[in-house]
Amino acid sequence: MREKLPLALLIIMGLFGLAYRFMPHPGAEAFNSYLRDTLLRIISAFALILGLGNLLLRHAHRIQKREQDWVHSWVLILGFGLTAIIGLLGGVAGEGSLPTKVGNFSFNITDIYNGLLIPLGASMFSLLAFYMASAAYRSFRAKTWLAAALLLSAFIVMLGQVPLGYQISPAIPQVTQWIMEVPNTAAKRGIELGITLGVLATFLKILAGIERSWLGSGR
Amino acid sequence: MTRTAVVLCLGLLGLLIAGASPGGALMPPAGVIARDTPGDGGGSITVRWQPVVDAASYRIEAAADTAAFAAVGEVGADATEFEHEGVRDGEAHRFRVVAIDAAGNEAVSVPSAPVASRPQWFAIDLIGVAIAIIGLVAVVLWYIRRARRGEHLFIRRIAGLEAVDEAVGRATEMGRPVLYIPGTGYMSDIGTVASMNLLGEIAKKTAEYNTPIVVPVRDPVVYTVAREVVKGAYIAAGRPDAYDTGSVYFVVEQALAYAAAVSGTMVREKPATNFLMGPFHAESLILAETGAATGAIQIAGTDMVTQLPFFVVACDYTLMGEELYAASAYLAREPLMLGALKGQDMGKLVFMVILVLGTILSLLTGRDFTKILSTTGY
Repeated sequence: MREKLPLALLIIMGLFGLAYRFMPHPGAEAFNSYLRDTLLRIISAFALILGLGNLLLRHAHRIQKREQDWVHSWVLILGFGLTAIIGLLGGVAGEGSLPTKVGNFSFNITDIYNGLLIPLGASMFSLLAFYMASAAYRSFRAKTWLAAALLLSAFIVMLGQVPLGYQISPAIPQVTQWIMEVPNTAAKRGIELGITLGVLATFLKILAGIERSWLGSGR
Repeated sequence: MTRTAVVLCLGLLGLLIAGASPGGALMPPAGVIARDTPGDGGGSITVRWQPVVDAASYRIEAAADTAAFAAVGEVGADATEFEHEGVRDGEAHRFRVVAIDAAGNEAVSVPSAPVASRPQWFAIDLIGVAIAIIGLVAVVLWYIRRARRGEHLFIRRIAGLEAVDEAVGRATEMGRPVLYIPGTGYMSDIGTVASMNLLGEIAKKTAEYNTPIVVPVRDPVVYTVAREVVKGAYIAAGRPDAYDTGSVYFVVEQALAYAAAVSGTMVREKPATNFLMGPFHAESLILAETGAATGAIQIAGTDMVTQLPFFVVACDYTLMGEELYAASAYLAREPLMLGALKGQDMGKLVFMVILVLGTILSLLTGRDFTKILSTTGY
């Protein structure tokens, strides 16, 4: 039963998911919306409770065992608790029962999101430029003629994306466009064709019960 | 020639001149047919008519039941078809087409028979796709059947997967953990499903070698699945006692915060082997470069085409697209899974042949044969 019920659900939902792509009827769309907007959200909410419970227990364990950098776990737990209280009691924009403004300084959940999370995410995103430079410096070596061709193409494409490329020669942006539209698109489509077939084969393997590791049965 | 014949000939000549001259009367569109647009979700009626000489444009008018005709659209002289949308299903409509010439003269057609729109259960314009899928399924099932009969199926060598044993062995010898990052997608992404299948195989190896495995997860649903997969793998390997409940853990749902947390794990715990398998986005290079900086051997695989270049430059081995889906079958070497893999490869060959033939036919005939597999109509 532990395996048969999930498998049965999988077969029914999997076949519906495949058939839905060929069914323009509003009834099919309504059922699909119900699955996505209602059922999946309920499952995600319960999974979030499990995930957060795991997160808190893990860091509580680190504090208890005084593992390396255990103080950071206190920061996480305190930050989690504080944000949860502000969010639950302070309201989305500070309209809740808990006051979230001191003078001109506001710390409601929206301000925490806009003032902390978004700039932190932007900082991480900005690191990408340095990581890209580091990866390119490490990897772009003309050891073979293929590597040399890759290096030359990358150089032309980079030049073509900035005004300097046009200043050097108007042909550079045109060559850049050709590289992106012809060989790059051809390679991308070839990979995507393989991915499509891989998706279908994976779908069949799971539907036919050949692939069962996701069940946690160890098979 | 008799007098009657002369009069007839002159009359015919006059008609021809009248029809050809710019000053001739504009003819109304003939053959106006309206029908429910096929293969849609309802609310649409398609009107067709025969072209009219000297018409500069056409105005399409519709009337519901006994209501008066009202304009619903206008098309150019080259058009002979119009799709009227926003119609209530089951409500009968009549259509007429008004030809308009350059001088503004109008000629109104005979109204069409009443027609009502209805939603269809099958999109007929996707019949080519449906046939292709059925064909592919048949090929895969045929190879699975061959595998069941015990036939040996040749699978080409994939360098990244051949290196898995060596990579896990390296971690065992160095006494450092294996880090498995299952992507930053959701459980509804097929790449995450493939990653979970691969995680099961790799967790079996770490169980056999008694090597710690660390699996930080971004999505709570993926966390619950990953936990069960790793636990099941340790049970299947006969090492349930070696399973560490803290090996799979939820980090955070924000992708870049997840990248920061996992980067910190890489720098602190210094895993000897990193597996980056699944769907990734902007954070892929952050993870791969940090892993490379710690000296770990890295095997990556993703179906996100935009992230492949980052993995190729930063990782030791990269599984591209379909190789990620083939990974679990390749490692498990179970006949049924290999049969499905072989069927997938044969399907790719069939597609390649169709593409080449379609391209040659399109070049020779000038018609687009690739539309037969198009999904743009949906």
